[in-house]
Amino acid sequence: MSAPQVAFRTAAALLMGRDLRLALRRAGDSLLPLGFFLVITTLFPLALDPALSLLRDIAPAALWVGALLSSLLALDLLFRDDSQDGALEQLALCGQPFAGLLLAKTAVHWLLTGLPLVLMAPLAATALGAPYGAMPGILAALLLGTIALSLIGAVGAGLTLTLRRNGSLLALLVLPLAVPVLIFGARATALAIQGESLAAPLYLLGAMAVLSATLAPWALAAAVRIGLE
Amino acid sequence: MNDIRAENLHVWRGDLHVLRGLSFVVHGGECLQVTGANGSGKTTLLRALCGLVPLEHGRVCWRAADIAANPAAYHSDLAYLGHENGLKGDLTAIENLRYGIGLRRRLAVTDCAAALAQVGLSEQRAVPLRRLSAGQRRRVALARLSLMDAALWILDEPSSNLDAAGQGLLVELLERHLGTGGLAVVATHQELVLPSGRVRTVTLQ
Repeated sequence: MSAPQVAFRTAAALLMGRDLRLALRRAGDSLLPLGFFLVITTLFPLALDPALSLLRDIAPAALWVGALLSSLLALDLLFRDDSQDGALEQLALCGQPFAGLLLAKTAVHWLLTGLPLVLMAPLAATALGAPYGAMPGILAALLLGTIALSLIGAVGAGLTLTLRRNGSLLALLVLPLAVPVLIFGARATALAIQGESLAAPLYLLGAMAVLSATLAPWALAAAVRIGLE
Repeated sequence: MNDIRAENLHVWRGDLHVLRGLSFVVHGGECLQVTGANGSGKTTLLRALCGLVPLEHGRVCWRAADIAANPAAYHSDLAYLGHENGLKGDLTAIENLRYGIGLRRRLAVTDCAAALAQVGLSEQRAVPLRRLSAGQRRRVALARLSLMDAALWILDEPSSNLDAAGQGLLVELLERHLGTGGLAVVATHQELVLPSGRVRTVTLQ
């Protein structure tokens, strides 16, 4: 039998290029979760007593619950179109490692929804009264956290691929799995705001990002294959 | 030698025993037409041949090797066209071909243009696909099929949405594919007539 003529790296780069181009043609869809994050996080200072100390106390929770819900909202974009128009089964049958292709898709998804959230987080954090010196810590925690959230969420999206009203089931599946990310992410953010060392929760977030990047592709491929049956 | 062999296939869909011990062989240069009433399991059979649907019993062999042993190698010889075209509505015809084929083999842009000319869509090459008609989108899918350079074609209702000229085009593509030693398994409601007569029919109950 003939080996695939295109190296996996080339195929993955091509697929990522395709998804980026599709997202550019539908820029509104990709920006929606970011807008949601900014609105949610800036609602807190408006609804609360504008005492700086109170805002700083709730800032980690507001940032991370916002990031979590926004990543959940974004998951809908990941496989829905490809599943409906048959592109996903073409990917499964193209002779390239399916888990790798799905990881490439998830990476693009993070670039489009996770990274913008990280980059805009200082704005939301400022609105929540976080000091300027806390920004590097907040950014680092969100960077690692959103990577883990995208990967965990992708598995959930794969599992609920064929269900019609999958939004609420997706939330029930993904949110419990995302709790460790929420706990350590919020802890890292709180330590950053207090000006203390946040190495410990940051290491744990990093470990979670690496662990999910290692395991999620296989779970994802198995989940999507079930959806294609 | 190209051949696909189905041995005693049993497939269940939920509580339904859809395929009950189906066996056949298709050799290079042959086309197997799968017919049967709605719900008789044509699509299930085709997806089982692709390895998308798990078999309860039996096996599918491509070139005498079980497809489950090395799916990646099998899939690089396989071109599948399902009910859905697997094309993106926001991409143009040329882009769809470039991304669809590029995952499998290197492709020159001129090849894409030639394939689109062959299916009569030269002028629509730069139009986003969602602005084309369903039949035109099917023609783009046929262009992708002809570019895939796969020995085995598995086609599910390939002539749906195609006009008379489009169906002629499909026959022409199939003839050329069979002529070069390729083989095809085609599910269809309308009888497929190839001038060379290299069609066999299996009817699902």
